[in-house]
Amino acid sequence: MKEMMTGFPILTLLTALPLAGAAVAFFSGRHARAVALLTTLASLAIALFVWTQLPSDGSIGLVELHQKWVPSLGIEYHLGVDGLGALMLVLSAIVALMSVDAAHRVHHQPGLYFGLVLVLESGLFGSFTALNFFHWFLYWELSLIPAFFLIKLWGGTKRGPAATQFFVYTMAGSVALLVAFLAVFLSTGSMDFPTLTNLASTGALDKMVTAHLGPITLWLAIGVLAGFAVKVPMIPFHTWLPAAYAEAPSPVTMLLTGAMSKMGVYGLLRIAIPIFGAQIFQIRTPLLVLAVATVVMGAWAAAAQKDLKRIFAYSSVNHLGYCLVAIFALAVPAAGVGVHASQEAALNGVILQMFNHGVTAAALFWFVSILQSRTGGHRGIDHFGGLRKPAPVLAGLMGIALFSSLGLPGLNGFVGEFLIFRGVFPLAWVAATVSILGLLVTAAVILTVIQKVFTGPVPEHCVGFPDLHHGERLALAPVIGLMLLIGLLPQLIVNSVNPTVVNLLAHWRF
Amino acid sequence: MNYADLFRATLPETALEVAALLVLAVDLGLLRKSGLKVRAAVAALLGVAGCGVALWAVLVQGSGGLIFQGTQELLLTSGGIAAVAQIGILVLTALTLLLLVDSVFTRNVGEYVAVVLMSATGGLLIAGAQDLLVIFIGLELLSLGLYILTAFAKSSGKSAEAALKYYLFGGMSAAFLLFGFSYLYGITGSTNLHQILLAVYGQTAYNAAPLLVVAVVLIATGLGFKVAAVPFHLWAPDTYEGAPAPAAAFIASVSKVASFALLIAIGTAALHAFDGGQPIAHLEVHLHGVAAPAHTGFRGPWSLVLVLLAAASMVLGNLAALAQVSVRRLLAYSAIAHAGYILLALAYFSYSPRSAAAVLYYILTYGLTTVGAFGVVGVVERATGSDRLDAFSGLHKRNPILAAVLLVLFLSLAGIPPLVGFWAKFNLFAAVLSVSAGLVPFTLVALAVAFSAVSLYYYLQVLKRAFVTRAMDEAPIKAHPMTLAVLLAIAAAVVVLGCFPTLLQAWIEGFVR
Amino acid sequence: MFSILPPNSVSLLADTIYLSFAGALLQVLLPKGKPSLSRWLALLVAVAGLAIAVVGFIAGMGQGRVVIVDAPWVPSMGIHYLLAADGISRVLVLLTGLAAVAGVLFSWNIELRTNEFFAFFLALIGGVYGVFLSFDLFLLFVFYEIAIVPKYFLIAIWGSTRREYAAMKLALYSFVGSAMVLIGLLAAYATSGSHSTSLIDLSHAGFSVSFQMWCFPLVFIGFAILAGMWPFHTWAPTGHVAAPTAASMLLAGVVMKLGAYGCLRVGMSLFPHGLDPWGFSLIGIGSWRDVFAVLAVVGIVYGALVALVQTDFKFVIGYSSVSHMGFVLLGLMTLNQIGMTGAVLQMFSHGILAGLLFAIVGRIVYERTHTRQLAELETMHLAKRLPFAAWAFVIAGIASMGLPGFSGFVAELQVLVGAWKVNPWWVACAGVGIVVGVAYTWRVLQKAFFSDLLPSGHVLEQEHGHALAPITWPEVTGVALLISVSLAVGLYPRILLDAIEPAVKTLLAGGGQ
Repeated sequence: MKEMMTGFPILTLLTALPLAGAAVAFFSGRHARAVALLTTLASLAIALFVWTQLPSDGSIGLVELHQKWVPSLGIEYHLGVDGLGALMLVLSAIVALMSVDAAHRVHHQPGLYFGLVLVLESGLFGSFTALNFFHWFLYWELSLIPAFFLIKLWGGTKRGPAATQFFVYTMAGSVALLVAFLAVFLSTGSMDFPTLTNLASTGALDKMVTAHLGPITLWLAIGVLAGFAVKVPMIPFHTWLPAAYAEAPSPVTMLLTGAMSKMGVYGLLRIAIPIFGAQIFQIRTPLLVLAVATVVMGAWAAAAQKDLKRIFAYSSVNHLGYCLVAIFALAVPAAGVGVHASQEAALNGVILQMFNHGVTAAALFWFVSILQSRTGGHRGIDHFGGLRKPAPVLAGLMGIALFSSLGLPGLNGFVGEFLIFRGVFPLAWVAATVSILGLLVTAAVILTVIQKVFTGPVPEHCVGFPDLHHGERLALAPVIGLMLLIGLLPQLIVNSVNPTVVNLLAHWRF
Repeated sequence: MNYADLFRATLPETALEVAALLVLAVDLGLLRKSGLKVRAAVAALLGVAGCGVALWAVLVQGSGGLIFQGTQELLLTSGGIAAVAQIGILVLTALTLLLLVDSVFTRNVGEYVAVVLMSATGGLLIAGAQDLLVIFIGLELLSLGLYILTAFAKSSGKSAEAALKYYLFGGMSAAFLLFGFSYLYGITGSTNLHQILLAVYGQTAYNAAPLLVVAVVLIATGLGFKVAAVPFHLWAPDTYEGAPAPAAAFIASVSKVASFALLIAIGTAALHAFDGGQPIAHLEVHLHGVAAPAHTGFRGPWSLVLVLLAAASMVLGNLAALAQVSVRRLLAYSAIAHAGYILLALAYFSYSPRSAAAVLYYILTYGLTTVGAFGVVGVVERATGSDRLDAFSGLHKRNPILAAVLLVLFLSLAGIPPLVGFWAKFNLFAAVLSVSAGLVPFTLVALAVAFSAVSLYYYLQVLKRAFVTRAMDEAPIKAHPMTLAVLLAIAAAVVVLGCFPTLLQAWIEGFVR
Repeated sequence: MFSILPPNSVSLLADTIYLSFAGALLQVLLPKGKPSLSRWLALLVAVAGLAIAVVGFIAGMGQGRVVIVDAPWVPSMGIHYLLAADGISRVLVLLTGLAAVAGVLFSWNIELRTNEFFAFFLALIGGVYGVFLSFDLFLLFVFYEIAIVPKYFLIAIWGSTRREYAAMKLALYSFVGSAMVLIGLLAAYATSGSHSTSLIDLSHAGFSVSFQMWCFPLVFIGFAILAGMWPFHTWAPTGHVAAPTAASMLLAGVVMKLGAYGCLRVGMSLFPHGLDPWGFSLIGIGSWRDVFAVLAVVGIVYGALVALVQTDFKFVIGYSSVSHMGFVLLGLMTLNQIGMTGAVLQMFSHGILAGLLFAIVGRIVYERTHTRQLAELETMHLAKRLPFAAWAFVIAGIASMGLPGFSGFVAELQVLVGAWKVNPWWVACAGVGIVVGVAYTWRVLQKAFFSDLLPSGHVLEQEHGHALAPITWPEVTGVALLISVSLAVGLYPRILLDAIEPAVKTLLAGGGQ
């Protein structure tokens, strides 16, 4: 991988900016939201700028490398982004902005709330730019703490257990990650992702691990996978999710589903596959089974829910399940142009799906938050009805978001799923076929939501349901517009992502 | 006998005697009509003056000795170890006399001071003695004075009881001592220490080895009593408790210094039998002496007995002190323990001046600390009427200076650096190990250090009362300025000598070399 | 890079000792009714000490061992007043400076006998500085013992639960430990020919392997008692809980490090062969190294498990200290560069974090809520009423868990990597300890601050009746200081590693060159 050094540490700046904003927000009291809005807007601007500065060949650019952090432990300060990372940066910035925008009713300790949100954003930026395990792990953990407190302090009635479960699961996954990486370090003396990828692609990593520690490379891979499996989540490590997503205040859920879950998928793409590709190929089948289960179970569970937040929570599990299916499906040794093309398609699909799902899911939870605020906290699906009469704009915009989640062509949700299926069918047709079930059930779920919430007779308490007012329309319009834009012109993203995909695949060895 | 020689040799003793007589004369004659305080002050100052003159005399005497007419045998030595011990005795006597100024236990201050001075004289004699009979005379002179001093608080029943016990014990142990001396004379045909020990090592005493052991045991009994070693210690707690405070201070310091000086002399003599440093060629002597063949001479049984006394004293002294409620009895048992440590160094005694210097250092500083301790106890007793631990409650509020002095002194006794008590212990143990680093001495040193650690507990009990526990009665305790001055001086000396141990050590070594 | 400071600025470090003792003395002389005078003087002295420590640290960068002062103290025994600083000393002196300033800040509200409190505090700090800067074994021992007495009084007078018992227990354990060290010291001194007590000379003395085989464990255990090694750790939780906040901070933060430092500087440097294999092995233990490593690991796990079930907030922190010190001892036993570097870094890191945790629990929470029982704190909604304490504890807790970004992560990682090279089982068990560590920190965080339990009736009336006292500026300053240091070291550990690594390398290469 060619790496270019730039003079100005823009990635460090991007990561540090939300921290600085958080410090200001802590002390700003009622004005914390304004501070947070400014900060997230600025971050978005910088993220977009980073996006434009990417090298055209898809390699890692904007590198900052200082080697002497803790040499004895192989810890270096190494940052860099390629198309994948930069897209995630943009996504995080967008979702954070959306989350702050949606949170206009934080009465209790707003300074602390927005401060924590900004710290979380910083954690996201950090983990998407880190190329050395130490500070990648630091940011991984760093994002955990604010998330916990955001759920714990501003959440719903059962927030205590939900937050605890969230913390314990993620911590356990982190421990597995840490132990596995320690073992890797002990064998190779390096914690650097590009270096380790190179070692893995030549097969040297396995040899070194076996020489130092015995034939445990597969177990290390499983440990690493476990860490990410909790985050995405993948069945059966998902049980923390429904409670956490439901009890967290909706703006926080936007962050959780929009950005934090992507940390898991990103980790698989940046760390697990490059470094442990061969091992993943060895256990590909069970992994595919779990991924398909995630897709199908996610959809079925969503169908059984009555709480809007839980419906969308399980639906998130389902959508990210497609990413998992694709990732594990493409973990096959390159055997020809056909396979290679499918892998490219699948990977492109994964990355797009990450972005699109992030935006869409965040938007959906935003709408739930709006609904909730108008009914005084109710969000059961049966509570609403026929809202398209009193609130047509709301129905329209939310409808677009819902259809995007369903995967309607012309909206952004379609592109990613399409590419995924296009890539997975040749690589693992059984998995792809079963996953179709997921698509069908999801369609049913979404349509049910639309039907129950927007169509049908209007119950009394919904008669005077206020529509979106100006501010909300203004805030939501760009989001919906983005959905349409990406749906109609996906090449805006794909053109920049594809070189990265090619580059990544070139360095992966299964 | 050349009386000029005699006079010169006993100049310090004479000075003290003269001072004693002077005190009596002044008190009984001139100051008949004066108040108690004045008489006490005058008597004390005269006594101190006498000590000062005697001190000057010791320094002026230089090295030398008194030889028994017609022989080469020394009766008394001066200079060297004797000088150090004598100076120590005189300084400590002076300090205990100064403590008298505040006391109210007797109206007969003149007699008191006189008896003190006479006892001190006995101590001086012991320090320089080289002949068995001179030793005995000095010992009796010292002891009889001490019995009287113990009984001086005529209004206290405890005082009388303690004195009687002390006297009975003392008399009996003096008898043992004399008995042992007679055996030695019988075996060796001489009363001079050097001659005795030479004879012991030589062929003349060879056949009498069992008798020698008996003699050693008897002598050890007598001397063990004087230093309050277990199992001859039973008089100590009662005496320390019953005697008036300045007297107890005197007993605890001066008599110990004298007795240990005597033990050093015996130990040194045993080694100087090597005729100026060269072992007598045809003898086989084992310096690490417990298991020994026939020719152990004096060293074998002597070391063994001392080791037994030392170990028993260390253990019992410390353990018994843990249970005490009365500070005086606590000090008594701690004295027994300290005696144990010193006896260890005397058991493993080296030819080089190092051991002698270490023992002298220890006993001098210990004596100093003890005088201070009794000074504080005396003040507290007078103010509260009791010497129990509870009487010391809240001392830091009632008299902060006294509390600070108490802190310094007791921590020094416990062996906490940078106070002199720590250095004295370290020096002592280092001396023991430098003589003999085998398993037995090492175990004994380990035992000593371990029990030293235990001792911290009971010293802290007193300090805890003084600093931590709330006072039952918050009235300030007043002490006479002279007493405070003396106590502060002692505390300061303890700190300074601890931080700069070379000061005292170099001084001692200058004499001992 | 730091050539603005003259190279001999390192010798300034000795002033930390003198300043602290001078400060202690001045405190005693201050008038009693003015606590604020006391506080500001103490703060001044502590800050000055910290400033000197920082200057000395910076000036010493890149230099190995720098001798500060080498004056003969007791020439006849080869004892020198030898102060020197290598990388490890400089780091620990820095820690002491920080702990001292933080301790003073968190004692700002003491009203009872304020000047005595700070006098004992500064005396303790002075002793600790002395230990870290001494390169003469005797001097090190002296300073080590000096630190014992102030601890006793700090706990006995200003402590809380069962303070007199806890203080005595702590004093006796420490003293017994130091007695063991003294025995070892005497043995080493005697065996090496009694020429010198300088650490440098003694490390060249060439003790026989059999001598080292028993002297090493004696000395190591003696020091390890103070380091809280299992099973000699029982003084620690009791002591920490009973002590007033500043004393707990110092005890857990710095004094326990004295023990570990002694293990390293004395035990391992002077008797390196004491760690050699015995030639036989029993259940996998074949050398003292294995023994102590296993004890360390047991300590890590035991401390963590016991902390998990405590009902008293402060006990949790107390046991967590035992657990964290286990990492230090484990790191020392790895005998490789990375493990021992981690051990020293952990000494620093835990010193800071323990101070922070005790400060929050003791000063910020207990003094306002007057309870440390988790069951009661659960009902108090402290996250709302004491948000500063809650969030400070969040940060301190995650740092203590070993999360990256704070000082503990790198330290523990290095210890684990080092331990892995010797015996993977140690790492596995220690890893369990870390996981349990997360659990107990979590539990206590939830219960004490973020619990959702409804308050009991009487707590409700408390809530309405009295608001909790507001956070004062010294508390904020103290917390900020400690957190920022932990964060700085966590993010850029090179600050300290550059000083520690060369020093460890020298030690491993054959000690004390």
